[in-house]
Amino acid sequence: MTKIATREAYGRALVELGRQNSQVVVLDADLSKSTMTHYFAREFPERFFNMGIAEQSLMATAAGLALSGKIPFASTFAVFAAGRAYDQVRNGIAYPKVNVKIAATHAGLTVGEDGASHQAVEDVTLMRAIPNMTVIVPADGEETRQAVFAAAAQQGPVYLRLGRPAVPVIYNGDYRFQIGRAHTLRQGKDAAVLACGVMVHEALRAAEELAAAGLDVMVVNMSTIKPLDREAVLAAAATGAVVTAEEHTVIGGLGSAVAEVLATTKPVPMAMIGIRDTFGESGKPDELMAKYGLTAADIVAAVKGLKGWVS
Amino acid sequence: MEKDWQTLTATARQIRRDIVRMVGAAGSGHPGGSLSAVEIVTALYFKVMRLDPERPDWPERDRFVLSKGHAAPVLYAALAERGFFAVDKLDTLRQLGSPLQGHPDRKALPGVEVSTGSLGHGLAVANGMALAGRLDGRDYRVYVLLGDGELEEGMVWEGAMAAAHYRLDNLTAIVDHNHLQIDGRVEEVMSPEPVADKFRAFGWEVQTIDGHDFGQILDALERTREVKGKPTVIIAETIKGKGVSFMENQAGWHGKAPKPEEVEKALAELA
Ligand SMILES: Cc1ncc(C[n+]2csc(CCOP(=O)(O)OP(=O)(O)O)c2C)c(N)n1
Ligand SMILES: [Mg+2]
Repeated sequence: MTKIATREAYGRALVELGRQNSQVVVLDADLSKSTMTHYFAREFPERFFNMGIAEQSLMATAAGLALSGKIPFASTFAVFAAGRAYDQVRNGIAYPKVNVKIAATHAGLTVGEDGASHQAVEDVTLMRAIPNMTVIVPADGEETRQAVFAAAAQQGPVYLRLGRPAVPVIYNGDYRFQIGRAHTLRQGKDAAVLACGVMVHEALRAAEELAAAGLDVMVVNMSTIKPLDREAVLAAAATGAVVTAEEHTVIGGLGSAVAEVLATTKPVPMAMIGIRDTFGESGKPDELMAKYGLTAADIVAAVKGLKGWVS
Repeated sequence: MEKDWQTLTATARQIRRDIVRMVGAAGSGHPGGSLSAVEIVTALYFKVMRLDPERPDWPERDRFVLSKGHAAPVLYAALAERGFFAVDKLDTLRQLGSPLQGHPDRKALPGVEVSTGSLGHGLAVANGMALAGRLDGRDYRVYVLLGDGELEEGMVWEGAMAAAHYRLDNLTAIVDHNHLQIDGRVEEVMSPEPVADKFRAFGWEVQTIDGHDFGQILDALERTREVKGKPTVIIAETIKGKGVSFMENQAGWHGKAPKPEEVEKALAELA
């Protein structure tokens, strides 16, 4: 199975974008070899700014560049982008609706061994709650590449959530990503799994397993968390059972966003796969995903549970 | 526990061996900035600080805050060698369920004073501990170890301002001035220089020493007790990766684990 990390795809896409658009500038906070902005730095040294270990300065400087006509991509780990620099993002970027693209890497538990201090499990909640903010959680490398271009083409702040480890390829070049548009990867009538990020692949695996068990399950990639594709959510709800899946706390993330739509329009039985109000810890990514209930098997169990199947 | 010079040198070597072995076993972690701080941490834990490994929450203990939390291996090795927990636990570093988290977690491991890992916090937290000590009439001291790249965080300077403002003479900051951060040389990525002048301008007593020389470290730590009415910072000139020839002064060894054959090579050098 071919795999590529979304942060790797991001780094490469930045170079491609930089060649096409001279207004694109990139900022980092001493993590350019991890966020993969070093590719851009090598090709366009004059358009790359390493702000040092200073994430608040990173975001505010990006705001200044954007206010002066540039299209800045500001990168650091998600925990520092959404956490350390929250006020700079909220008051300095989102409130004035400044054209800054925040590409936050190393999100979620798949950070692995570095442990809880480095595992952003609540960043989507924080970013989604900010008015004017677009929040995208790509599922694979190709979707990341297209999201980078889409973010640059759209005016206003964007939060792009990226991961550390290599993840399976889901899309090829035929796919067309659009901000705010979910993508149905698999049709199904018995239940729907709405997933984002690394959980999309898990959802596809779960759907295969469920098909073998006689359940026909829809899988939808909800890569744009905000603005949420309400049509897609309502279409999924037509199956009568909805499971959300995210590598993130269930408080305020994709599951909450979907529940907000369904609870106020067309309530259906729902289950949320995600982290249950806890910090992460050190461990191998796979071990952590298993321990915190973020695998295809957990999705299978959730779907069966909703359908009243006892396992 | 009073240790003489010779013994401190031997302890430092043992701690270096522990660091190399545990990061190698974990397959990930931060050897460079752990190795640069070995003498500083050894001097504190084996000579200077008032501690009781049997009572990690003893109210009269001196406090050590590892603000540069990625250097957890040097802290874990010192705690283990000092008797806070069994040395063989070091092999569990970064494994699922281990109290030795990738970055220090005070809930998981007795002896860890502050959960760190997000750079820049430690000095302000240490300020709080120093203020509480003064309020409670306790004479413990608070030591906080900062990275030189970490000095780029604005929050460090907010803390520096507050420590001087509140005349925290029960607080000592130590800067591990190894001149490297992740993306390269500190002076080239985002220079915090001149560090000594900055702290002086913020109202601190400043000492600059060789951070691998026990004589200078112990003298400096002794002198900081005599400074009244202001905090002291010790700027320790160090070498990142110190003690392992192929890691010394290499930014690439900031956050990379040695492979088994590299562990062997390093241990041979540290014999
Ligand atoms: C707030 C924050 N931003 C970024 C990081 C990622 N990071 C970990 S270590 C490091 C470099 C630290 O350099 P320095 O302070 O010089 O430490 P040392 O050389 O002593 O290892 C960075 C950027 C972090 N841990 N916390
Ligand atoms: Mg350094």
